[in-house]
Amino acid sequence: MAVKVIIPTPLRQYTDKRDSIETTGATVAEALAGLTTQYSALRRHLYNEEGKLRSFVNIYLNDEDIRYLQKDKTPLNDNDVISIVPSIAGGAAFGYRAIEFPA
Amino acid sequence: MELFIKYPMALQLTRAHLEAIADHGARDYPSECCGVLLGNDTGLLKQVRELAAIRNLRQDQALAEELLPLAQPELESERNRFLMDPGELRRIEAEGRRRGLDIIGYYHSHPDHSAQPSEYDREHAWPWVSYVIMKIEAGRAGDYASWVLAEDRSRFESEPIDVVDVQAAPESA
Ligand SMILES: [Zn+2]
Repeated sequence: MAVKVIIPTPLRQYTDKRDSIETTGATVAEALAGLTTQYSALRRHLYNEEGKLRSFVNIYLNDEDIRYLQKDKTPLNDNDVISIVPSIAGGAAFGYRAIEFPA
Repeated sequence: MELFIKYPMALQLTRAHLEAIADHGARDYPSECCGVLLGNDTGLLKQVRELAAIRNLRQDQALAEELLPLAQPELESERNRFLMDPGELRRIEAEGRRRGLDIIGYYHSHPDHSAQPSEYDREHAWPWVSYVIMKIEAGRAGDYASWVLAEDRSRFESEPIDVVDVQAAPESA
């Protein structure tokens, strides 16, 4: 299946500044594999050391989060649009309250 | 000899932007606040044009947990974690783009903690974008700093901040 993958702003430096990439695959996993074969620098930001999608990488297939479909085994149709949607998260170190001393 | 100069070299924002981050941090204290930096990459600078506050989804634990589970929920809450509401984020990104503005970074507060990024910040960071962190101590704004993830994800690099009173009009406008 020929599909389009929408690339979020922080990752466009790895796709020659392009905001969408055409690729092929029978499933979401195959399409993403195609994408990261074409642009290998994307890989470390999308997958962890075990080769699994990072927890803060959300994948949408035509506006539907694939975690509510068949995850990365979700089958594709021609002209589907896959979006890589970053979760933006962070925080402070924890445990600091335990080492707080009165001034 | 090769020179390693990284572009864009600095994040430019106005005093009013910094005050808005400080106000947001103070308002949400002792919880973490978070928001988006909208602007343009001029090649030399990332210029912030507008800020948009985003809801910290960690205040809705069940929903946040579904989107991005916490490893140690007994130690983690909206007091030391933020997760941006993805729906709001997509809406603000689309609205910004219509006006020629990109998301060039994010800000968040560290209640009673330094403006240094945490290990959790690094693990969840995206490349290229700026991460502005402001310390809010006992409800009042403290130090702030901007950070960019290193290419190999191993650490954050400090990003110079250019604070201006008034910004020049965008060149492309
Ligand atoms: Zn943080």
